[in-house]
Amino acid sequence: MNPSSPSNKSGEASVFFITSEELLNWSRSSSLWPLTFGLACCAIEMMGAMASNYDLERFGIFPRPSPRQSDIMIVSGTVTYKMADRIRRLYEQMSEPRYVISMGSCANCGGPYWQHGYHVVKGVDKIIPVDVYVPGCPPRPEALIDGFLKLQEKIRAEHPLTGDKPTPSLPAEERRKA
Amino acid sequence: MTFTDIQTLLEDQFGSIFRANTQNPQPYLVVPADRLVEVCRFLRDDNRLFFDLLACITAIDNGTSAGTMDVIYTLTSIPYEHNLALYVTVARNQPDEPLPGVPSVTSIWRTADWHEREAFDLVGIRFEGHPDLRRILLPTDWVGHPLRSDYQEIDQYHGIRNQ
Repeated sequence: MNPSSPSNKSGEASVFFITSEELLNWSRSSSLWPLTFGLACCAIEMMGAMASNYDLERFGIFPRPSPRQSDIMIVSGTVTYKMADRIRRLYEQMSEPRYVISMGSCANCGGPYWQHGYHVVKGVDKIIPVDVYVPGCPPRPEALIDGFLKLQEKIRAEHPLTGDKPTPSLPAEERRKA
Repeated sequence: MTFTDIQTLLEDQFGSIFRANTQNPQPYLVVPADRLVEVCRFLRDDNRLFFDLLACITAIDNGTSAGTMDVIYTLTSIPYEHNLALYVTVARNQPDEPLPGVPSVTSIWRTADWHEREAFDLVGIRFEGHPDLRRILLPTDWVGHPLRSDYQEIDQYHGIRNQ
């Protein structure tokens, strides 16, 4: 048996070196805990993504019942003016670092309510800052998972200790070559 | 029981206060607003009619040129499996006038409570005698009734711009 194989769990300690910033980014991007709440039909797809078929927990994504314990807010559905105040308050109750995924057309820009929706906020980015927009009406679970992967990419480029601007990420094509 | 049977029964009881429309795919009776409650109570309590379910209340704004609003009551009798639609037509109010009033039927069917609150919230019908007439869908500080034909969309709500 190859002694360096990951399946060979001998119990021997192994060491690897990493910068503290990379360690922080790795831990943050590997345990994104979303706040449990849904707003409309997109929430059904979000629930599907969290359930056994798509199993978001294999990415370390595990819904929490309180904004105090959450790192990420998935705005899954239509944001009405009545709900907007509550969403803003929930976002403010989350501790930093906090991230927002806007899921579906309604949360992105108002969606089908863009023109005549007297009661709909035309994009959740009018009330809270958004990190990743997931298009679709509603997006399939795969699309939401892709949104999470994009967010992980974004977190890995951050500099939490120096406060510098994030390193611009390469497009997927370039990254494969590099 | 057919629509005509129900109409005959009601006219025997109340006289010819009704106007019937049978040209519509769903025929209906127009009831004067001031007789609505007693007609509804009879429809529910009479053993031949037994309309025990108020399935829906719809409010329609016919526009500023027509100058009227309709409130439609869709009734069903669960044991007899017959249906009836009642129309109440009221005059549309001018912007500085109080909302048009229709007597509440909450004393007859408890389910009318939320239906009437919805019609009040979205179309602006004042249901007289309703125990708790406040908005049900929109926030309490909302201005106006959005399903009216002359409703102007708000520019901003709590600092959130509309466009």
